[in-house]
Amino acid sequence: MSINETQVSPGLWTLAWRRLRADKIAMFAMTIVLLFLLLLVLSATGLVAGDWDSEVGVNYAPPTFVGAQSADERISSAPAASAEAPPENPLDPLKDIIRQLRKESATSQPPIVNDYGIADPIGKEMAEIRQELAKSGSKAVVVRRETLPFGADKWGHDIIKKTIKGSETSIVVGLVAALLATALGTVFGAVSGYFGHAVDDFFNWFYSIFTSIPNMLLIMAVAAVLQHKGVTTIVLILGLTGWTGTYRLIRAEYLKHKAREYVLAADAIGASHWRKMFSHIFPNVSHVALVQMSILSVGFIKAEVILSFLGFGVPVGVVSWGSMLNEAQNELILGKWWQLTAASIAMAVLVTAFSLFTDALRDALDPKLK
Amino acid sequence: MTAYILRRLWQMVPTMLGVIILVFFLFNWVGGDPAYILAGKMSNIEQINNIRHQLGVDQPYYVQLWIFIKQIVTFDFGVSWSTGETVAHVLATRIGPSLTVLIPLTILETLIAIALALGIAFVRGSLTDRLVMVACTVGMSISILVYIIVFQYWFAYKWSIFPVQGWGDSVVENLFHYSLLPILIGLAVSVAPTLRLFRTFVLDEVNQDYVRTARAKGVSERRIVWVHVLRNAAIPIITYVMSNLPGLLIGVFLLERFFGIPGIGREVILAVDRSDFPVIKAITVYVAAATMIFNLLTDLLYQAVDPRVQLK
Repeated sequence: MSINETQVSPGLWTLAWRRLRADKIAMFAMTIVLLFLLLLVLSATGLVAGDWDSEVGVNYAPPTFVGAQSADERISSAPAASAEAPPENPLDPLKDIIRQLRKESATSQPPIVNDYGIADPIGKEMAEIRQELAKSGSKAVVVRRETLPFGADKWGHDIIKKTIKGSETSIVVGLVAALLATALGTVFGAVSGYFGHAVDDFFNWFYSIFTSIPNMLLIMAVAAVLQHKGVTTIVLILGLTGWTGTYRLIRAEYLKHKAREYVLAADAIGASHWRKMFSHIFPNVSHVALVQMSILSVGFIKAEVILSFLGFGVPVGVVSWGSMLNEAQNELILGKWWQLTAASIAMAVLVTAFSLFTDALRDALDPKLK
Repeated sequence: MTAYILRRLWQMVPTMLGVIILVFFLFNWVGGDPAYILAGKMSNIEQINNIRHQLGVDQPYYVQLWIFIKQIVTFDFGVSWSTGETVAHVLATRIGPSLTVLIPLTILETLIAIALALGIAFVRGSLTDRLVMVACTVGMSISILVYIIVFQYWFAYKWSIFPVQGWGDSVVENLFHYSLLPILIGLAVSVAPTLRLFRTFVLDEVNQDYVRTARAKGVSERRIVWVHVLRNAAIPIITYVMSNLPGLLIGVFLLERFFGIPGIGREVILAVDRSDFPVIKAITVYVAAATMIFNLLTDLLYQAVDPRVQLK
């Protein structure tokens, strides 16, 4: 008895995990992907970059390592802010202290609690009105910063925070859409491969329809029809059009597995179709679905960026890598390269890491391939 | 052969019918009443009813579907909702510019990718091989938008090597003046994934028995790769290139948009932007038909490349 317990042979997932662990590039890529996901969770809960849309810098404030622009170089900045904060003198011995003071005054928000120490029901609105007055009026309460660690956009939003918020949108869209597409492909493939005959013919017909229309054209056609813009809409567009590859692979797996002995045994003890399909066969083909989901996530993140760039993706007011690139396209002509760089690098790093991880995952789960 | 082609064409009918139903379902059912889009904000009930009657959307669904099929067969989709141009004219005039970019791009991409893939097959497993593959992965991870924005800014706007955008009337001018930068960017984007794929095609062949036999009888490594392996790797390469062509017609839409090339892809973006349903419907249906025809052509090409293939 004890011998049996100590000599449990490792399962598919344990073996795959061991192979993955041995692959240094894969582990490095996985760490980066996990860091992005951690950032996503922090950003979604508002712990990080929750205040990305507060205007902390002057318009198009350059990155700190570039240095502040002279006044005539600036396209259009708030006159009040520039009057309050003259360009920094690099020889000034007090410049660090001044910068620190400016930073504090820029980040301090007007208190919601009123002067009497009681929570003010319209405190937030009042604070906003005060801010508006400060921006347009003669007396500036909030001093906008001349430079930010990686610059500011047209409105003076901190680029780093904006990029984090954009990552959240783009990655969430990619992952949820991939989950939807994989689920659809798996269910269609399972039903088609398992039942065969007329059911299989029907789904194959359905598959041939979706694959005869080029993917991007299908996405655009659905985008044209769904007039309502939103994160849900774009997830639906990508998810409903992207299931075909998963379907083909999962169907082939089910065709192979349905004649195996363990399925016949399950049949003999009276397992229902549903139970055989999803309790018995699915765990044996789930690695295919996982790899597909990983591949689709990368593709959908890229697709979301393109759709949002064209204005068919996330609505106005929601920031994603695509909407950032859209703004950055015009900024580049003005010489404001930082938003473009930030969004491009964030996306390139994540997609590279995700792709390398996907490759390693596929190799680890299916060692026959290589 | 004729019987084979006829049977394949016959098999396309249900798929084509499915595409038509899908497009019909999307645009006539999910898309809502087109009369409201057409009439815009300044409309009264009478105008809307009038438009509905003209479009035939006051008819039952099966009649509308029949109208749609008739439109497809007769190439008569009426006029674009936003410009008033006939859809047939839109398609006929937009296909040329798209092909001007697409054909050189595809030929160059395929040739470059094949050359690189075979070259890498020489040194498979080496550091060069791995570095090239990592470079491909990184290159593929940068959005095509970034390539376009950066290349257009530096090569056209800053250094004035290429025109920033534009399109002329003469084919030569378009091909050798306006298309150059779009083609260059297209190559920068597409060679990496194509190379990765072709490399696996080639590596699938280099371990085959015939390669060992060729080596055993003293054929040079160069000749093995460029003659024996290439001939066999050609089949998946042809499949990939051919089946991708109709998709590329849409795939170059970002290049067309940025460089002001009046092609099919840019037309799709404009049509989606303006809710110009007749144009999108026509493009979707015809591109789907083209995809199916190209799949058939691919299979016919197989036989030319590989005499072992029997078309049945």
